Amino acid sequence: MGVEGIGASVARKEDKRFLTGKGRYTDDMSVPGMKYAFFVRSPYAHAKIKSIDMSAAKDMPGVIGILEGKQLQADAIGNIICGWMIHSRDGSPMKMGAWRPLAHETVRYVGDAVAIVVADSLGEARDAAEAVVVEYDVLPAVTEAVKALEAGQPQLHPEAPNNLIFDWQLGDGDAADKAIAEAAHVTEMTIRNNRLAPNPMEPRATLGIYDSAEDHYTCYTTSQNPHVARLVMSAFYNVAPENKLRVIAPDVGGGFGSKIYIYPEEIVCLWASKKTGVPVKWTCDRTEAFLTDAHGRDHVSTVKMAFDKDNRITGLKVDTIANLGAYMSLFSSAVPTYLYATLLSGQYAIPAIHANVRTVYTNTVPVDAYRGAGRPEATYLLERTIETAARELGVSPAELRRKNFIRTFPYQTPVIMTYDAGDYEASLEAAMAASDWNGFAARKAEAARRGMKRGIGMSCYIEACGIAPSAAVGSLGAGVGLWESAEVRVNAVGTIEVMTGSHSHGQGHETTFAQLIADRFGIPIDNVNIVHGDTDKVQMGMGTYGSRSGAVGMSAVVKALDKVEAKAKKIAAHLMEADESDIVIENGELKVAGTDKVLPWFQVALAAYTAHNLPPGMEPGLKEGAFYDPSNFTFPAGCYICEVEIDPETGTTEIVQFVAADDFGNIINPMIVEGQVHGGIAQGIGQALLENVHYDPQNGQLITASYMDYAMPRADDLPSFKLSHQNTPCPSNPLGIKGCGEAGAIGSPPALINAITDAIGNNNLTMPATPQKVWSAINAVN
Amino acid sequence: MYATNYHRASSVQDAVKMRSAADEGKYLSGGMTLIATMKQRLASPSDLVDLRHIPDLNGVSVNGKSVRIGAATTHYDVASSAELKAVCPAICALAHGIGDPHVRHMGTIGGSVANNDPAADYPAALLGLDAVIVTNVREIKAGAFFTGLFETALEDGEMIVAITFDAPARAAYAKFRNPASRYAMTGVFVARRDNGDVRVAVTGAGGDGVFRHSGMEAALAANWSADALSGVSVDPSGLLSDIHAGAEYRANLVKVMAKRAVAAA
Repeated sequence: MGVEGIGASVARKEDKRFLTGKGRYTDDMSVPGMKYAFFVRSPYAHAKIKSIDMSAAKDMPGVIGILEGKQLQADAIGNIICGWMIHSRDGSPMKMGAWRPLAHETVRYVGDAVAIVVADSLGEARDAAEAVVVEYDVLPAVTEAVKALEAGQPQLHPEAPNNLIFDWQLGDGDAADKAIAEAAHVTEMTIRNNRLAPNPMEPRATLGIYDSAEDHYTCYTTSQNPHVARLVMSAFYNVAPENKLRVIAPDVGGGFGSKIYIYPEEIVCLWASKKTGVPVKWTCDRTEAFLTDAHGRDHVSTVKMAFDKDNRITGLKVDTIANLGAYMSLFSSAVPTYLYATLLSGQYAIPAIHANVRTVYTNTVPVDAYRGAGRPEATYLLERTIETAARELGVSPAELRRKNFIRTFPYQTPVIMTYDAGDYEASLEAAMAASDWNGFAARKAEAARRGMKRGIGMSCYIEACGIAPSAAVGSLGAGVGLWESAEVRVNAVGTIEVMTGSHSHGQGHETTFAQLIADRFGIPIDNVNIVHGDTDKVQMGMGTYGSRSGAVGMSAVVKALDKVEAKAKKIAAHLMEADESDIVIENGELKVAGTDKVLPWFQVALAAYTAHNLPPGMEPGLKEGAFYDPSNFTFPAGCYICEVEIDPETGTTEIVQFVAADDFGNIINPMIVEGQVHGGIAQGIGQALLENVHYDPQNGQLITASYMDYAMPRADDLPSFKLSHQNTPCPSNPLGIKGCGEAGAIGSPPALINAITDAIGNNNLTMPATPQKVWSAINAVN
Repeated sequence: MYATNYHRASSVQDAVKMRSAADEGKYLSGGMTLIATMKQRLASPSDLVDLRHIPDLNGVSVNGKSVRIGAATTHYDVASSAELKAVCPAICALAHGIGDPHVRHMGTIGGSVANNDPAADYPAALLGLDAVIVTNVREIKAGAFFTGLFETALEDGEMIVAITFDAPARAAYAKFRNPASRYAMTGVFVARRDNGDVRVAVTGAGGDGVFRHSGMEAALAANWSADALSGVSVDPSGLLSDIHAGAEYRANLVKVMAKRAVAAA
């Protein structure tokens, strides 16, 4: 592998600038004449706008312009759309209500944007925003999805009676019903998946620059996928044609899904730059982020899992209500459907599965993909249910899982997915050994002597990453293809630039992508530059989410490298008068195998550009591009074991052990993979123990709008993690890699809740398992 | 934040003059609450008069059992005072548990006490220690000082100069932190004097702010041990209830934290 090749824990190239404060984020960008925006937002969860009076605000110091939704509509700027069509079981298309970038008729959540104020300074913009008088006719609000479906509740969109967006199903309902009717045992549960705020360290920001001389727009923005932003803003929002719109996502400080979507602020700042004639910058503050960044999860499900007399799972039936908030965000429809129900087989051979999913409008901020996106919901539901079943059946949770594992591959589930490779038992064994599973009883007894309740829980997750074969997702309703592109540009001196459509916002692509080149050509990664995040530099790309940059983005790089290597070998063979098939590339040199003939890499690159002596008919230059469209999803899987001690007097949970055994296929940089797993587990523990978005159900006000009330995990909430990796290489991509970005957040919540419920002897517990809830659950059974 | 004028006072008299000359002046002593509130535009004083640089307001002095802490002494300086630790380690430990290192190096005892946040730690200590709040015009006993949520006996323009108390024989503070803010969701300060007097002061839980629990005080006066509290009931009525903790749970925490404080004292 070499010291910088595939499999080496190379230190991250990008960390020097991040750790020394030299990162360049959107808010760091300044251009001459730039002014500042502040948005006037709805203080109500649901209201009709009767009037907007800007007269006083317009004359305030420093104000350059104040713009509202009517003007936006007059300029034919489009409504914000959801890009994935889902049809209800009756064949009708999903009911998409109008989401205007600036509301001028109705506001539907606290924080809905109503007007933009542009001024010389942020303080002046904010002062003037306070002087904009919006007269509202306040309407009743509903924040909970289950309630929103009931009769007599406030109605959000005329297109969606009873607030129902779609009523979708997957699988064979009759077969699942039959399995349940004939079962020796059925485990039934109601499962709630709590609502989360994404909280990237860098809040969203955008800088819109209109150049009247060229009639051209530039948008700096905090995006995980600048090309998708450009495409959507051109094709659907009518901001500008693609050739007149450059989108740049420079350093981006975390996204976790929330920066996939194109938000009102990006559209409005670009438009406002043209209207006001000045570049317009907006940066979100933290409470604004809680109010307006797309949230994650928020499901309520009922589940029935059927077993035969030998404890084999014979059927699964799931009914889920998913809260999508006030409007349909870009991929909101896909998350609780094709990213969720398709994973309901888990690691188990289940002959009959049926899922029914209803999605619902409520007076809350839109809900969309958040680290894991659908797969944490599926895993939490399945792994809580099978653990409960083991307790009901009086068998070991490990044995019940082991008995039902899928063991032959490829395996076709009843819910679309074809698992290509895996060894679930290997991860289970590794996790059990690392956690000293068999020694738990003694540890529990010792804890009891100290007055503590000790519990252990496991979770065997599977996820689908590397989204995804374009034709497959197209047939399921996606509005885009999900391939990736790369271009490898070898300079005349042999250094290399790689343009990738993947986007790094913390994942370390500048290191791992460079490792591919070091591995292939034996040149130092310092001689390789990874270019991403700019639609003027990279031709096209689909961005980074769903753990796709390795499996899809790197595979595109590999395809381009194949072409570069082939051409370089042709040139070398010509120069050294050898046969092309005898050329090998090692340690930055091209050699004729079995001889002492050798050319340094840079000399071949130089030859390609001087073009003095190339094979007949060969074009000069050494630059190749490739598009890679995957043939399947990838299926990372693993087993997590969590051990906790509960203080029964206060209900406090301490995680005393956390073991993760993951199969990510082949690994490029083990250190970066470990970091991804650490972060994912931290977020999963956050969901399970701490985090919860709380809207006041009466008036729709967001109670958890700051860190005073929204509990983010901190270092001292977390234990040291024991990690291990098993490896069944992924057969569907050239690198054999599966993806690791989301696994930690997917696998950890059920392991933790299974451990806590084991400790306290009460299975009736919802996330987050706060001290108060755990204390109450202990008292409920004592 | 709205624009404001910053003044740095060099003496108590200077500070009083600066504040009274302002339209809507406010004393600033660390600003750990005030600045955050101003950033949210929920407070808009025309002028801030910074007290942290007044020499007379800084530092801890100990004379036998008699303790005086200048109002502008930071939490860090209280936590790390060797003199104070020798006579009343409980208050040093309490100060060490406030916020994070940034807060402990900026926030002051006077600022905290004057703000009287119902989840702040110092009010429990001052009430538990029967401390005296010395202002520029008078002395106020802690029992009369904390009058409600964010309310104190301070008159308009009155300024805390120092906190004084006699160190008790034994004392300790036990805190259960709010999982989000890490403020006290319940904190209990217990103190026992050589003459047998006991005080149990509770912060973070009371609907009217910090309070003493007479039932626990009586039980501990009779028998200074955690077990003595087992039979005492804590009434949840009148306790705070929010999304993090209901009154019943807080009532439980009051008792559990009191026991732990006694055990640690």
